[in-house]
Amino acid sequence: MSVDVAIVGIGMHEFGRTEGVSGMDQGVIAVRRALADAGASWDDMQFAFGGSMAAGAADTMVSLLGLTGLQFINVMNGCATGGSALFSAYNTIRSGVFDLGIAIGFDKHERGAFRVNTKGAGLGDWYGSSGLALTTQFFGMKINRYMHEYGISHSTLAKVASKAFRNGSENPMAWRRKPLSEQEIADSPMLSYPLTQYMFCNPGEGGVALILCRADKAHLYSDRPIYLRAAAVRSRRFGSFEVLAPSIALEHNAGPTVDASKAAFEMAGIGPEDVDLAQLQDTEAGAEVMHMAENGFCEHGEQEMMIQAGETEIGGRFPVNTDGGCLANGEPIGASGLRQVYENVLQLRGDAGSRQVPNDPKVAYTHVYGAPGISGVTILSR
Amino acid sequence: MAQVPVAEGVFTWPSDAPALIGSRCVACGNHMFPVQSGCPKCSGDSTETVTLGRRGTLWTWTIQGFPPKAPPYAGDADPKTFRAFGVGYVELPGEVKVEARLTESDPEKLKIGMEMELVIVPLSTDENGDEVVTFAFAPVA
Ligand SMILES: [Zn+2]
Repeated sequence: MSVDVAIVGIGMHEFGRTEGVSGMDQGVIAVRRALADAGASWDDMQFAFGGSMAAGAADTMVSLLGLTGLQFINVMNGCATGGSALFSAYNTIRSGVFDLGIAIGFDKHERGAFRVNTKGAGLGDWYGSSGLALTTQFFGMKINRYMHEYGISHSTLAKVASKAFRNGSENPMAWRRKPLSEQEIADSPMLSYPLTQYMFCNPGEGGVALILCRADKAHLYSDRPIYLRAAAVRSRRFGSFEVLAPSIALEHNAGPTVDASKAAFEMAGIGPEDVDLAQLQDTEAGAEVMHMAENGFCEHGEQEMMIQAGETEIGGRFPVNTDGGCLANGEPIGASGLRQVYENVLQLRGDAGSRQVPNDPKVAYTHVYGAPGISGVTILSR
Repeated sequence: MAQVPVAEGVFTWPSDAPALIGSRCVACGNHMFPVQSGCPKCSGDSTETVTLGRRGTLWTWTIQGFPPKAPPYAGDADPKTFRAFGVGYVELPGEVKVEARLTESDPEKLKIGMEMELVIVPLSTDENGDEVVTFAFAPVA
């Protein structure tokens, strides 16, 4: 019999650019805010999983938070770093090893598109020297093919980005808080056809911490615990089309998002029709469109009608990326997946303020995707 | 001025009919690019080096509209003189889809499914004054 798991505390350091505050310090601030939210002390934490891509080894933050001797495990798993920390914390409690612990993600990246370490990715230097090792190219090529196959329009891409900045403008933790019109987005410089500058998220900074507890003890820390019903991480299979691939197989596989989503729904014992809102990886506007179908929320191609009709807006039938997503928050890799869970906890508590999804949402979904072809999904409920 | 490939073992050069160098799994026949020792399809540990087909069809494409960071990029990354270039996956029949630069960078002239052929193109000039070349696909006229 596995133990049920609740999230009893959430903390976040503002996303964006914070001069003079290291990525690690942003993580520490997120931890202190999560502890305050749970009414717990650092000394209560029996274990921690934490990670960053570019801002140092998470376990060194104990020298700022307190040397309590807790089990602290560093997680480094590409774009699923935060998701993997949460997955590990979830299963640590589920298995009964510990009762109370914390998942932490933070980061601070240099400006501009991610500089890919081809050696670290197991690729030859020629790949980057030839002008190929850009994640932005993959995103442009994946959505270009998808538009060709399923009839998604350029206007739909611009609508997705416009919604992100509108939602971001209602989110005090977001980086980009200025609404942009569909026209401004479509007219911004074309970075990687068919994607323009404002259709892409930027590498950024920020930190998030989540305190997890066995469900039967959650009342000790929160009068509104949110239950983690599933957490799944999957890597790519043969034939899937992924970022940083000098070649891909002729045969087609749907990719890690489909696998992670199916596993999570199975774990939670519910289906996509039971989900009230979702945070879906939107590295760029096209990703949100494709991930709606890959996660099972619609058929391929159906997004065109859904987005044109406003169904993914906060007041729509199926709100997506209510906090502005990666587009408005930027992508500090280690923290990004945990940001999505933070937003869902706010929404399920009813604490999302002016961007609150109406009608008391009960089930919320997160999905993170990234290099080198990895996806993480969580399902939360009240 | 001599021409040198961006790396050895990626494509045959010099050659009148240059081809990419890949691997074929001895156990299941799966093709890979570039050369690698293990097979992601069947987990086999034995591959042989093969030259891949020179022609295929465009599976998808984009246009690199801003200068890539240099390093790693060896081409012209100066925002004042940078010229956008196409990037795509070309499906080589019966083998694999390979990612490559495209000689065409006009979205109006690129169509999924069009015939493409491998060519070798200049990339940069190295410290010896030699021209560094890499591979690309060009539309078949
Ligand atoms: Zn094989």
